[in-house]
Amino acid sequence: MHAFQYHRPSNLKDAVATGAKDEAKYLAGGQSLVQAMKLRLAAPGDLVDLNALADLKALKADASGVTVGAMVRHAEVASSSSVQKVIPALAALAGMIGDRQVRHMGTIGGSLANNDPAADYPAAVLGLGATITTNKRKIEADKFFKGLYETALEPGELITSVSFPVPKRAAYMKFKNPASRFAIVGVFVADFGNAVRVGVTGAGPSAFRQADMEKALAAKFAPESVAGIKVKADGLNTDLHASAEYRAHLVTVMAKRAVEAALK
Amino acid sequence: MNAPLIGARIERKEDYRFLTGAGQYTDDLAMPNQAYAAFVRSPHAHAKIRGIDASKAKALKGVLAVYTGEDIAAAKLGGLPCGWLITDVNGQPMKEPPHPVLAQGKARHVGDQVAVVIAETQDLARDAAELVEVDYEVLPAVVDAVKARAKGAPVLHDIAPDNTCYVWSIGDKAAVDAAFAKAAHVTRLDLVNNRLVPNAMEPRAVNASYSRHDDSYTLYVASQNPHVERLLMTAFVMGLPEHKVRVVAPDVGGGFGSKIYLYAEDVVATWAAKQLNRPVKWTSDRSEAFISDAHGRDHITVAELAMDKDGKFLAMRVNTTANLGAYLSTFASCVPTILYATLLAGQYTTPLIYCEVAAVFTNTVPVDAYRGAGRPEATYVVERLVETAAREMKLDPAEIRRRNFIKTFPYQTPVALQYDTGDYEATLSAAIKMADVAGFPKRKEEAAKKGKLRGLGYCCYIEACGIAPSNIAGALGARAGLFEAGEIRVHPTGSVTVFTGSHSHGQGHETTFAQVVADRLGLPLDKVDIVHGDTSKILFGMGTYGSRSIAVGGTAIVKALDKIVAKGKKIAAHLLEAAEADIEYDRGVFKVAGTDKQKAFGEVAFAAYVPHNYPLDKLEPGLNENAFYDPTNFTFPAGSYVCEVEVDKETGTTQIVSFVAVDDFGKVINPMIVEGQVHGGLTQGIGQALTEGTRYDAEGQLLSGAFMDYAIPRAGDVPSYKVDTRETPCTHNPLGVKGCGEAGAIGAPAAVINAITDALGVKDIPMPATAQTVWKTLQTRI
Repeated sequence: MHAFQYHRPSNLKDAVATGAKDEAKYLAGGQSLVQAMKLRLAAPGDLVDLNALADLKALKADASGVTVGAMVRHAEVASSSSVQKVIPALAALAGMIGDRQVRHMGTIGGSLANNDPAADYPAAVLGLGATITTNKRKIEADKFFKGLYETALEPGELITSVSFPVPKRAAYMKFKNPASRFAIVGVFVADFGNAVRVGVTGAGPSAFRQADMEKALAAKFAPESVAGIKVKADGLNTDLHASAEYRAHLVTVMAKRAVEAALK
Repeated sequence: MNAPLIGARIERKEDYRFLTGAGQYTDDLAMPNQAYAAFVRSPHAHAKIRGIDASKAKALKGVLAVYTGEDIAAAKLGGLPCGWLITDVNGQPMKEPPHPVLAQGKARHVGDQVAVVIAETQDLARDAAELVEVDYEVLPAVVDAVKARAKGAPVLHDIAPDNTCYVWSIGDKAAVDAAFAKAAHVTRLDLVNNRLVPNAMEPRAVNASYSRHDDSYTLYVASQNPHVERLLMTAFVMGLPEHKVRVVAPDVGGGFGSKIYLYAEDVVATWAAKQLNRPVKWTSDRSEAFISDAHGRDHITVAELAMDKDGKFLAMRVNTTANLGAYLSTFASCVPTILYATLLAGQYTTPLIYCEVAAVFTNTVPVDAYRGAGRPEATYVVERLVETAAREMKLDPAEIRRRNFIKTFPYQTPVALQYDTGDYEATLSAAIKMADVAGFPKRKEEAAKKGKLRGLGYCCYIEACGIAPSNIAGALGARAGLFEAGEIRVHPTGSVTVFTGSHSHGQGHETTFAQVVADRLGLPLDKVDIVHGDTSKILFGMGTYGSRSIAVGGTAIVKALDKIVAKGKKIAAHLLEAAEADIEYDRGVFKVAGTDKQKAFGEVAFAAYVPHNYPLDKLEPGLNENAFYDPTNFTFPAGSYVCEVEVDKETGTTQIVSFVAVDDFGKVINPMIVEGQVHGGLTQGIGQALTEGTRYDAEGQLLSGAFMDYAIPRAGDVPSYKVDTRETPCTHNPLGVKGCGEAGAIGAPAAVINAITDALGVKDIPMPATAQTVWKTLQTRI
């Protein structure tokens, strides 16, 4: 690890001011950034630790929706009885991220800002049509994910919370990479009664929605509605673990199983 | 009198310190005035080194030195030796290219060590290592062993222009060919035994220091065999006398073979410690381990089995290309030959076997022994062939094995080994019962209703362990003896310290060996401690590998114990005023036979050290004995595994729903430790079969160089194992033991792949049979 300046601001204003410096990086749960620093792949000049920002740690869930503070750990979302009650699929997804250690450090804000192509949360954010609140504005899920590790966040802009609307029913199915346990393909299906959203992570350079499946499920929310949909492999990821063709196939399988699970 | 300890399930004595953080690993040790090393490693698989500019690194405050291959050459440090000479088919010695501890003019794999930086802190050493500028001229690389032998392939070493270290063979080719010509059926398989990265939990580490006080060196190192490390380093590399070098392998967190070898980092740190008169420490991180620890396996094989019309095996013909990596690691040469081809008889009476092996240099990390070392590769060949033959002959896979089992012992195989004892039917029938093979068709049917494919696979393995009789090993090319040494030091009040040349790095010797000693002497277990891993304490040792510790190291201890008891009888006879011949030793008490006259072990020990009433004219005081033991034969653990899998057709995911292992390890000292070894071995074997894929790209970059991409199995990936043992005691050691450390890793891969191919109805599937591989296979299945 290279040397860096460490900051631990106690309010949002100071955090954003320091975070605006060149070569500055925000430190949330550190589950991706610290690894990259240890491997000397990332070498921020200033590290702005967000762990003292109490405002970013609130978790609220009721009939009107779930709002997760940017610094809320995955383990907290997974074990929250109110999240489990309001959007059980969201709690279940949080419980599938990484391993126990990762879940007790990693945060939703860190995950979304990093936008790893195989991260789990982007599937839920897209699948539920969440709203991302930053220190400057509110960003719709559909406008947030821009590409491989790219988001709509401007330099220094900081996520403060994420708000999820409550679906009628939803489920997340994940096909895990056997080594990293990230998603080779993860599909989040949410039925809002008047509309259905399908968020897919792991398959492409960045999470995306699967429009043909949404349409088919809106007509009939049943596994057979998606089972026959062949996803195009063009543009999907190929790596050691899965070819684009295999990923395309898995999107259909995971979507079908997510619908089955949502109906249970 | 104490209860028998041999055969008792006793919790491991060493676990308390490991579980409470009181273990002492090499990296835990900090010497006064400690300095730290970081290695500059080649980012290229094959490159000329045109020059190295270390000026920026040296200018960094706190950097003590930067050394390159030129410094090593100027110091006349030798290269790393290979401990086993293989003679090729033409009677020529294998090609032994130099293996410099820092590259001399050329780097031959990604990770090859090119320079070393020594600095005041580890971070500083690493910062400085990034500033060392190496001017590389990148050369074409070759990673595939078959391609490396083709005309026009990039050449790694001048002395091996065809990249071939040796072509070696065993068996009568003409007789085998003749048998094939007459066969009713021939089964043929093209097999790849995938390259594995060992990944011990503790990465390699060294901490070397030099003392001007007496011109001596001390090297702490995460090693499986400190005496061999010292022998190789002093005699063959550094030209130092052994009495000036102490090697200590303290607590070591796993090895699986990867810590048998003498590595460049050990030599460089030791040499640098004297140059700088500072202790030099180097600890590998995981990324470095992937590109610098010796890898395992990597065979490409064509295997054929000839049978008569009843499925009786007539002959086997095997042609293997073994990838050695860029250099010859310490025991690399014997793994794909002596430890591989000699096991091709398996548990069967196949009368004729011919095997030819080409061992090849490629631009990859050196390959050497990894848990099983040659025997998993042999077992995979034999048991994949046998299972496939059964399917082709429409015979039950258990039945074809039974028709060919060796049933009378001793049995001389056509590939050099003589099996002393075994009962293959006993383990197979027990495994079949435990696995409820009779109920399999029903389970398959039920799985099919859920859209799942069920399959069942067998593996009946044999291994040669307890390596080895020194004279036989020597005749086969070993450049070292393969005995073991032990010493029993009885203290004046009757407690005992045992010194063993075996090394425990997870095996639980501190418990198992203590059980043997406490049982034999009739002492409570807490009166016995085992000491290992320090050349200054232990008379000699050949270390731990090849499942040899209890069979060879344990026997050396038993021989020393016999001497203790013999001397104790002399002392007791004197104390009890009886004839020595009338003294019996029974569980802690010396007795005059047929009387109630007796002396406790502690009383006799005390008399030996406070010899007031003692036959000083005939007997030396003290009670301390040592013994060297060189076995007369290998031991032959064997067993039967039955694996049942369920394959998800939609995703290709394989779930192991049941795994039964019935092993014959001879006499078992501690069943709980043996079960732990079997569980660990099976898990590593399942890892090879299902998840562990070492992948290089064509340029020689290791793509699977981190746990993010290299999948070792986790608890959730393996079933709750059903294990049991059957016992045919080894005939040529006093404990009747055979060894158990490698069995699971040897037998599991074939059992798993046999089960998956059964489920899919295909002849073969490559390892690792990942979900994607299974899915692809299902897409192309006819």
